[in-house]
Amino acid sequence: MQSIKNHLSLIIALFSIIFSMQVFIVVDRSINAYKQGLTDSYSVIVVSQKSIDTNTSMNFSPLVSSVSEITPDSVIKRLNTNMNNKNIELLKVSLPKFYKLQLNTYPSPDEIKELTKSILQNPSVTKVEDFAHNHDKIYKLLLLFKGMIGIFAITIFIVTSLLIFKELRIWQLKHSERMSIMGLFGAPMWLRSAVLFRLSIVDAFIASLIAFGVFTYISMEPYVLQQFSNIGISVVIFNKIDDFILLFSVSIFLSVLLAMLIVLGHKEEA
Amino acid sequence: MDKVIIADNLSLSYSNDEAIINQVSFSINSGSFVFITGASGSGKSTLLKSLYGALKPKNGSLIVGGVELRKVSNSKLNFLRKHIGIVFQDYKLVKEWTIEKNIMLPLIINGYEKSVTTKQVDSLLKHVRLKHQAGKYPLELSGGEQQRVAMARALAHNPILILADEPTGNLDDYSSQLIWNLLEGANTQLKTTVIVVTHHIPDSMNVEFKHFHIEYGRIHAVN
Repeated sequence: MQSIKNHLSLIIALFSIIFSMQVFIVVDRSINAYKQGLTDSYSVIVVSQKSIDTNTSMNFSPLVSSVSEITPDSVIKRLNTNMNNKNIELLKVSLPKFYKLQLNTYPSPDEIKELTKSILQNPSVTKVEDFAHNHDKIYKLLLLFKGMIGIFAITIFIVTSLLIFKELRIWQLKHSERMSIMGLFGAPMWLRSAVLFRLSIVDAFIASLIAFGVFTYISMEPYVLQQFSNIGISVVIFNKIDDFILLFSVSIFLSVLLAMLIVLGHKEEA
Repeated sequence: MDKVIIADNLSLSYSNDEAIINQVSFSINSGSFVFITGASGSGKSTLLKSLYGALKPKNGSLIVGGVELRKVSNSKLNFLRKHIGIVFQDYKLVKEWTIEKNIMLPLIINGYEKSVTTKQVDSLLKHVRLKHQAGKYPLELSGGEQQRVAMARALAHNPILILADEPTGNLDDYSSQLIWNLLEGANTQLKTTVIVVTHHIPDSMNVEFKHFHIEYGRIHAVN
């Protein structure tokens, strides 16, 4: 019973770490997916007195993915009440040129400022409309959320690492008599500590398997999928191969590292 | 004759305390049977501990099996211990292991094959008259039986040196006699060097032995 208790506390601690890590990964993926959505629907409008070469205007910034001219036809159509064709043509010539800049990624407020500054260096450009304020609030809120989750994950990591360390220390005390006896007969350190390493690897594997089960369930849960669908993004909540390998590696690495620290700190009985 | 132990001006103490063994010099020939006697607290067990490297010399030099123990690396110490069989007064058996596995320990550490290990353990269990108890755990056995297991473990890997710390301290006559027979057998048949720390030497020893006595931190050869 005591042995199961000892295992459970290590498994729970390891599970907490990899669970919070996967939650952070899902949040990060969600923010990236949302960002991509914003990028697709976001563009910067440039007003220029003269025509701009769409190829050279790509040099405004590496952020710019494409530049297209907006035809004034739709504007003129709305104004077209009693104008004859000649006046319409005249109006077309006198109107400034409008360009739509699509971007590679959703820019940060600083990047937008830089971009606007760079475009305005062209003397024929009279105005740059970035519409950034429309998206900024939600985006910043998401970044704040990501930051909070990150801090939460790091806190869990530190606290549970300390718990694991304590747990392994208990194991070491439990196994120290056997380790000392083995040492008296010349067993090298790796052989004396084999049980400690075996137990920590087994527990890391169990914790990873539980995480695999939990995240597989969550990734198929209709309620969760509905929530992502409601905010209009599609996210891989749990990749059964890549994510499992990552979680398992972190879990094994952490438990073996802590077991190693315990073993190196073990003092020989005189 | 080869010397298995050479102590020169050896002093032993725990931390910075006063020396328990003070500047003693002695040597023990390979294949000999040695008794070390002395009053309680005289330093017998301390000296024995130093022979398997659990206590490093404070001063002087101590060479066991060709290994200088004053400045010994862990790997060299492990190498030496692989060739020593130790019998402790408090048995030092692993409680979570069956007696069979306890006896197997030095064989596992020395990398013996499983078939050899099984055969050797089987033979030793017969020698210590515990064949029928093979699957039991140490705490299920009496003190005498536990000491016989410890004895079998010390003999398992045919060590060059056996160190025994009061091996018959609290045992009944039957177990005591069995232990002495096994130690004598190892010494005469396998030419193993045997060093026994004890309060009194049994009357009916069938082997030639050397006797050292420790008093006031000094060691004296009695015979």
